[in-house]
Amino acid sequence: MLIQSDDITALARGCAVLGTGGGGEVVTGALVARQALADHGPVRLVGLDDLPDDGILMPVGGIGAPSVSAEKIGSGDEVEFLREAVESVLRQPVVALMASEIGGGNGLYPIAAAARTGLPLVDGDAIGRAFPEVHMVSMNVAGLRPELVVVADERRNVVVLRPVDGPWAELLARSVTEVFGGSAAMADYVMQVSVARGAIIEGSVTKALEIGRTVMAASDPVASLLEAVDAVQLLEGKVVDVERHTAGGFVRGSVIVEGYGPDAGRLVRVEIQNENLVALEDGAVLASVPDLITLVDSQTADAVATEVVRYGQRVAIIAFPCAPIWRTPAGIEIAGPRAFGYDVDYIPVEARHGVQP
Amino acid sequence: MASNLDLRLGIDVGGTHTDAVVLDRDNAVVAKTKQPTSPDVTTGVRAAIAAVVSHPAVETSRISHVMLGTTHATNAVLERRRLHTVAVLRVGAPSSVAVRPFFGWPDDLVSAIGGHAEIVRGGFEYDGREIVPFDAGATRDFFVSLKGKVDAVAVSAVFSPMSADHELAAADIARDVLGQDVILSLSHEIGSLGLLPRENATILNSALTGVAREVAAALTTSLGDHEIDASVLFAQNDGTLMALDYAVRFPILTIGSGPANSIRGAAFLTGLTDALVADVGGTSTDFGMLVNGFPRESAANVDIGGVSTNFRMPDVLAIALGGGTVVRATEGGVTLGPDSVGFRLPQEALSFGGSTPTLTDAAVHAHRAQIGSARVSPDEEAVLEQALLVADGMVAEAVDRMKLGRGDVPMIVVGGGSVLIPDAVPGVSEVLRPEHFDVANAIGAAIAQISGRWDEVVSLATGRSLAIESACAQARVRAIQAGADPDHVEIVEIDEIPLAYLTEPVARISVKAVGPLGRL
Repeated sequence: MLIQSDDITALARGCAVLGTGGGGEVVTGALVARQALADHGPVRLVGLDDLPDDGILMPVGGIGAPSVSAEKIGSGDEVEFLREAVESVLRQPVVALMASEIGGGNGLYPIAAAARTGLPLVDGDAIGRAFPEVHMVSMNVAGLRPELVVVADERRNVVVLRPVDGPWAELLARSVTEVFGGSAAMADYVMQVSVARGAIIEGSVTKALEIGRTVMAASDPVASLLEAVDAVQLLEGKVVDVERHTAGGFVRGSVIVEGYGPDAGRLVRVEIQNENLVALEDGAVLASVPDLITLVDSQTADAVATEVVRYGQRVAIIAFPCAPIWRTPAGIEIAGPRAFGYDVDYIPVEARHGVQP
Repeated sequence: MASNLDLRLGIDVGGTHTDAVVLDRDNAVVAKTKQPTSPDVTTGVRAAIAAVVSHPAVETSRISHVMLGTTHATNAVLERRRLHTVAVLRVGAPSSVAVRPFFGWPDDLVSAIGGHAEIVRGGFEYDGREIVPFDAGATRDFFVSLKGKVDAVAVSAVFSPMSADHELAAADIARDVLGQDVILSLSHEIGSLGLLPRENATILNSALTGVAREVAAALTTSLGDHEIDASVLFAQNDGTLMALDYAVRFPILTIGSGPANSIRGAAFLTGLTDALVADVGGTSTDFGMLVNGFPRESAANVDIGGVSTNFRMPDVLAIALGGGTVVRATEGGVTLGPDSVGFRLPQEALSFGGSTPTLTDAAVHAHRAQIGSARVSPDEEAVLEQALLVADGMVAEAVDRMKLGRGDVPMIVVGGGSVLIPDAVPGVSEVLRPEHFDVANAIGAAIAQISGRWDEVVSLATGRSLAIESACAQARVRAIQAGADPDHVEIVEIDEIPLAYLTEPVARISVKAVGPLGRL
């Protein structure tokens, strides 16, 4: 399957929904992808089975502050710097790229990277959504170590990291990014195709595309989105309070939405660490990580990102199931409510709301 | 001297009508007029000025200020007409070349502006460090190659809201090569963070400077014809005013001034600072929120003529419901519009002896309005009653979507079609129909204050309050430069957005200062 310029609008909408408020804004990401497709032609989307077992798979994504990458949109050459470093360390060619994170703008930059390098893009990613920290990836859940992490900037500064584990990958990559000026391109968990089997979330690019296409074709976008991702609508209402502050390098805070229409009189608070983590009503949890919680425009079903959510916006809060790997004990330990400081047990969203996915 | 200068002339160009009002020192309406909006806009503005100053109570020599809210800039972009050819320079290699200037723009708009663009090395990090040094040589080469081929220049550099040095250096070279009086738009003076939308706005602004100069000249001539010697101000998208010379430099800020004027006018006519405002026209109704005396701004980025910019516009919910909206009986029930008889209402509506049932007829039938005299048949009666029920439902839904908080809010109804709105609306505590509701937009322009905005990224490590103080001072300076009274400028808005994923606390601070007109 080929990804072309015409697919980008739908893909961007899908990535925004899977971004759960974070993952970087999709507007710039979509432009970068379109420009690369216009300059270099379409991208070949492949499955792991299409690749040699011993081939090197390079997951790529942006790391840093979305507000910085909205100014420093990149040279486009960063992926070549990453690839050169990986190939010189491993003495083996990279056979395919993959998105580290399908959610938000990070789901779109790999399209540009694949178009520029001419490499195929694996239909999959390492999260199935967006998460704030580098070690919150499916490979970590599967017990893999981040053997090789490379961070590069537009000036051709390249830093090769050999971290002992996921949390060290996060710490090291984050501090390099800071020195680079707050945004960088990163290849993390570079691995062999055979190792990737069962350790990545397959099908996420086509899933994002499907979400976008369904919503764009629908006469009732929110209803069709709910159906497309098996989501529960927690509330429809107006944003009545937005509180954001930085702590430990992340935007933390909360958004309070007051229901209208059938939801009049209800208040739901969504807690944020770049991404939407937990939805609460009267102190009770309605949904939590690792399940996905997304604020979408109540009319268009466009996802509303954490950095742009504003007082007065009319939104629907939807919640839907994460990839199965996150529901394993290891998955819940790495990215469940307690990993973010919430002392509550994880209960799957469909179980909380008594629906069958 | 000053005592004789006690009148202000406000003009607002709308889709259907161009309104003008003359207000006295106490903001009382001395004269008002509604004229059709002309295709070239300027003719309609001239007609409105001529009509309103012909009122016997208006002594033109007493007019101190003229405020214009106009759609010239919007129309020029939408119609791709009268736009300048622009040299577009981005100082952003190698950090920001993955998308080139003009990428994603409609082709016809690019050709109208010339499509001349170059990216040179330079730009800053968010913390003020240079990414790489500015490439003065390549900049000079670019401008030399366009000598005699462009009318204006647009320069955008990476993180210029943080440090404008590279934009200013490029501007010096542009003046040196293309002439000291070359028209320049620098992105740090125009937009906030987000390179691509800021660059887009800067290009559009540069392209619009010709139109702005034409409008300014036409208005000055027209005022001269009526011996009006007043200072001229333009309405902008946040409901405030800027001086003529400022509007000529920043014409893009005039886009979106219409809804802002109507909301501000409604505020003034009722004395309220917080309310819902419904501006009912011939074809549609715009709902806006008045918060602390100003229009609530929309969250989304704004597209102008197919180009994405990072301008904020009033948060407006438009529904297809106006005085001329056509009512139809179908098998499934009564449907409304979305088409409208527009300004042909006096010929085509039932109440005026025409044959088209409209919402105005429904309002007349329900005794909400006394217009015309035609009788309607019993069949038509049932349809009109049903239509009004549907319309009332649409209004109630819009109110529910716009208002915040559980309590009921007052709603101010303005515009020519305001009779459509019932006196009781769910969620609304009181429906206010102020005097002169029909020219609320022009009044909004005439009573508006002057503003200045400052937007920058600052490190909070050296002290948060110091950073905010400095941003406030810059916003004040901008308001005063735009014509505000230095003694009465106030800070009305401080927005602080922390940047994620940085270990040092860094935030984007946006401040707005507002003040009344400076004395002459």
